[in-house]
Amino acid sequence: MEFAELIKTPRVDGVVLHRPFLPTVEGTLCLTGHHLILSSRQDNTEELWLLHANIDAIEKRFIGSLGTIIVKCKDLRIIQLDIPGMEECLNIANSIEALSTLDSVSLMYPFFYRPMFEVIEDGWNLFLPEEAFKELESMTDEWRLSEVNKDFSICPSYPALVTVPKDIDDDSLCKAATFRHGGRFPVLSYYHKKNGMVIMRASQPLTGTSGRRCKEDEKLINATLRAGKRGYIIDTRTIAVAQQAKARGGGFEQEANYPQWRRIHKAIERTNILQESLIKIVEACNDHSNSMDRWLSKLEASNWQSQVKEILTTACLAAQCIDREGASVLVHGTEGTDSTLQVTSLAQIILEPACRTVRGFQALVEREWLQAGHPFQQRCAQSAYSNEKLRSEAPVFLLFLDCVWQILRQFPCSFQFNEHFLVMLFEHTYASQFGTFLGTTAAERVKLKLSQKTVSLWSWVNRPQELERFLNPLYEPNSLVIWPSVAPQSLLLWEGVFLRWNRSTKCLDEAYEEMVHIIEYNKELQLKVWVRSSAAGQRRFMGPCISHMHILSL
Amino acid sequence: MEHIRLPKVERVQLADRSSSRRAQVGTLYLTAFHTIFVDNEVHNELWVLHSLVCNVEKLSITSCGYPLLIRCKNFQVIQLLIPKENDCNDVFVSLLRLSRTERYEELYCFSFMPNVDKAARGQAWDFLNLKAEYNRMGVSNKLWHTTSVNREYRVCDTYPADLYVPKSASLPVIVGSSRFRSKGRFPTLSYYYRETQAVICRSSQPLSGFSARCLEDEQMLEAIMKSNPGSRFMYVVDTRPKLNAMANRATGKGYENEDNYTNIKFQFIGIENIHVMRNSQQKLIEVSDLPSPSMGEFLLGLETSDWLKHIKSILAAGTFIAKAVAEEGVSVLVHCSDGWDRTTQVCSLASVLLDPFYRTLKGLMVLIEKDWVSFGHKFSHRYGHVVEEPKEASPVIDQFLECVWQLMEQFPCAFEYNERFLISIYNHVHSCHYGNFICNSEKERKDLGIREKTHSLWPHLWKNKVDFVNPLFRADHSQTKGVLQPLTTPYCFKFWRGLYNHFDRGLHPRQSVLDSLMAIKEETQQLEEVLTIYQQKLAGVGREQANDLFVKKHGMKNSQGLWAEPTHIRLANSPQDYNGGNLVSGPKDFLFGDTSESSDPDNSDQESEGADFSCHSCSGGASPPSEDSVKDPDSDDPAFNNA
Repeated sequence: MEFAELIKTPRVDGVVLHRPFLPTVEGTLCLTGHHLILSSRQDNTEELWLLHANIDAIEKRFIGSLGTIIVKCKDLRIIQLDIPGMEECLNIANSIEALSTLDSVSLMYPFFYRPMFEVIEDGWNLFLPEEAFKELESMTDEWRLSEVNKDFSICPSYPALVTVPKDIDDDSLCKAATFRHGGRFPVLSYYHKKNGMVIMRASQPLTGTSGRRCKEDEKLINATLRAGKRGYIIDTRTIAVAQQAKARGGGFEQEANYPQWRRIHKAIERTNILQESLIKIVEACNDHSNSMDRWLSKLEASNWQSQVKEILTTACLAAQCIDREGASVLVHGTEGTDSTLQVTSLAQIILEPACRTVRGFQALVEREWLQAGHPFQQRCAQSAYSNEKLRSEAPVFLLFLDCVWQILRQFPCSFQFNEHFLVMLFEHTYASQFGTFLGTTAAERVKLKLSQKTVSLWSWVNRPQELERFLNPLYEPNSLVIWPSVAPQSLLLWEGVFLRWNRSTKCLDEAYEEMVHIIEYNKELQLKVWVRSSAAGQRRFMGPCISHMHILSL
Repeated sequence: MEHIRLPKVERVQLADRSSSRRAQVGTLYLTAFHTIFVDNEVHNELWVLHSLVCNVEKLSITSCGYPLLIRCKNFQVIQLLIPKENDCNDVFVSLLRLSRTERYEELYCFSFMPNVDKAARGQAWDFLNLKAEYNRMGVSNKLWHTTSVNREYRVCDTYPADLYVPKSASLPVIVGSSRFRSKGRFPTLSYYYRETQAVICRSSQPLSGFSARCLEDEQMLEAIMKSNPGSRFMYVVDTRPKLNAMANRATGKGYENEDNYTNIKFQFIGIENIHVMRNSQQKLIEVSDLPSPSMGEFLLGLETSDWLKHIKSILAAGTFIAKAVAEEGVSVLVHCSDGWDRTTQVCSLASVLLDPFYRTLKGLMVLIEKDWVSFGHKFSHRYGHVVEEPKEASPVIDQFLECVWQLMEQFPCAFEYNERFLISIYNHVHSCHYGNFICNSEKERKDLGIREKTHSLWPHLWKNKVDFVNPLFRADHSQTKGVLQPLTTPYCFKFWRGLYNHFDRGLHPRQSVLDSLMAIKEETQQLEEVLTIYQQKLAGVGREQANDLFVKKHGMKNSQGLWAEPTHIRLANSPQDYNGGNLVSGPKDFLFGDTSESSDPDNSDQESEGADFSCHSCSGGASPPSEDSVKDPDSDDPAFNNA
């Protein structure tokens, strides 16, 4: 298909752009296959380049022959374009609508994007399951890497390689897969070095109303327990929801069949409820009426903060079982691709200091979300403004990022990355020039040849000149488990996402810059003192300076 | 002393309300001004000042003893478990009496005797000089001067002796105007804005009833209006809701009729009265005190308390006035009913927005001394220093301090002081530790001899200013200068966790950006000194000296552990109850009840359990900051020494 067919009017002059907190710009509007571009053609004015994929919804208005298009973006920004000429305006609007809702993956921008930078470290090869397994092998010999799913036939949403207990053979895995929703049999998610306890994840067991059981499944998860130890199964659904699932062939582990496990039910909402929450909270934040009552009641009614609290609480519980109770954990919900991943990935951030570094976090996203089969492309097809009928859109990953942000707020010195890093990830899951979040499963990504045909987000982010923006100046490696507070008083609205376009962040940005300045200046002095003391033959005092300089050497 | 039925109780348990940790066992001492709990094992101390005790409650008996709940005005809640019923009763009765002071002379400030001689005490009281402050603003000048009309507090006994009025207002006009105003509180200068020559004046409501007029009052307003040559009119801002102001007309009070005054623009602002505010805060406190609330309960409670709505209305009023004065160059007269609550809040808040000086440590002290203390804000009535009509109590200064905090959230670099400074002031307003906030007016304080018999808070805070400085503040920063223009959209207002849940340590961030930056800045300062020495060395000063200093500085740095193990996490961090207390529990009755199997993982090395106690004791250096109102290190409380 030619994009040109969809672009009746590729260029309009005299278009006025209104953006929040920026001066209006008058210039020429151009449409290309993937971008909406507005350029004033003056050197000193910034151009607007907006990916069509970032457009969530548009509204048209006409006053006389002056048309106005309100563009609502998936990153929650709202901009306005005043376009002279009714026909031009209609053409532009129709083109935007068509171009922003293209269904075919292969037409997406990442397949056309050519990086302006040299890829030094290819993000596609950075986080290979084999490498992760090598690290695991250095700690324990209780696990093996299975190729049972190498052609994605046992479980279409799993990667080719999965880590399973050593004593369980591939045949048993195949049988266990038939007993789990979508074939997602229990696999290793996380190994806790300190005490050897593990987090496993799966989907719901297909017990149905008849109470079906599967010996291989029981054996598989029991194999993860050490002699005499018992574990917890965290079902992310309420007991009522889990009961209802039986009627559709799903269900939960019966105590009688899993006597070594204790089941705990939590109440993380299903995806469609989460999407509703997102729509409501964005609506509340964009409500310009000046009433406090209205704001607070809308904030409450959106339930967004409640979702954050519930997800974070469940993750803390999983982490507590591992670290405090010394018990292994199996986590699942229904499909095992949404709430399950929220819980397992957050638990790792709480437990594992490495996950709080830039690379470690990327590896976590790669391992627990991309490889684990979170259907990014479906979940992020629409954001909070879209008028289209919802299919399976849901802010599952955004909620995960929000929870990470909450922990970051409570432990501001324990993360190597800052808030901008999380906001950047949010943006790229919804619209990106990189291929990382395309597709829904590992299998699909292989089929699309993403690693050959597109650039990985990590290839770009990890360039030192980009990375600098995303580093937390306060970072001090913290080897401890970090237990966040989940009290309502401790959980804040993530303003960096939800109020980002509603108020100027000038003062807050200045405060951040000032903080960076204070720390940079300190480092500068450290270095000077170190240089002088070395010159004076005082090398034995290098210690304190060096320990502080690890941030510099990143 | 006669009120202490029982000076000492052994084997008392102090419960930790915020976590499921086991209670501490120790000895409870009752002294004249403090209740002190001393832990048997670690010898940590918890000091509770009796003047901060809000109420004491006996809870129903448990298997381990008789519980006593002590709620403090600084939102600290202490739960004790006393083994014997009689002892519990004695403590209860003693505390009830000790926390209800009947006469000013019984207050702590009259017994607080730090080791300071008389001359130093006098100097301390002169630490702030209001005359100098008016000079700094730019008065007296050719249009404004000080008047001696109230020297003996004869015209208005709730006003200060020194007042600033337009030069053009004659003595008879002032006196006449004062007769036409509630409690004689005639219009007088609160703040002079040098750039536009516009002013903020304050007064009480006029005694206008339905139709009464007063020529002198009209002349007074005209004089104020004309003393601002840049403007042809002035605003009169009535901070009350219109309905309340109208109701006042029936009692012979009310508001200005625009027709009777030359060139005034009259404006209602709609801040609710002290009774509404008291109830609202009560609801807010209940919300902040809910045991593990859901998000919905918390947000609904916050909404129904209306607290943030009131905070917003006060900040909006301050913003309106600051805009009028700075942008339009128009003078404003502010009043409410008596002109000592809402008027005070709004005038001082507008001043904070207008003048960067009030965003410095010393500036905020001066502002409170001027607008609140000298202008007769009824501290003792509002904060219940002595037992009186409970209907007089209201969180007026709480709201002012909270508005400043909300501003600090919006302008993180604009304030020299940090949140702790506000909380410290808040505590001292209630603690009666220093004499500054005792009584209801300057005249009362003079009559009681506050200056001679008590000590002043401000030099004490100044001495500890290191704790109160905002590391992000820089005098030359663009945010620091000029007028602040805050947003007043609802989402800009947040629940002030730092105050209302100050003692619920588990709810605060486990690592503090403030502490980190403060430590880094301190280290930077040391490094600067070291570098200076090196430079001097290059210039020929002895090498030995530089080396010595370097060793010393780095020694100091290491002892502070700036970049070493994050000890503060160790102290604070432990899991909460993430599962409603049902399934995952303490290590002992874990999982299936078979304790033999569940090895208690030996990970308590990471999160020291006992160390958490430091949050109650001011001796613990970790955050939250030690509040010296709880216990003053230089206090030599004789009763405790004897006990």
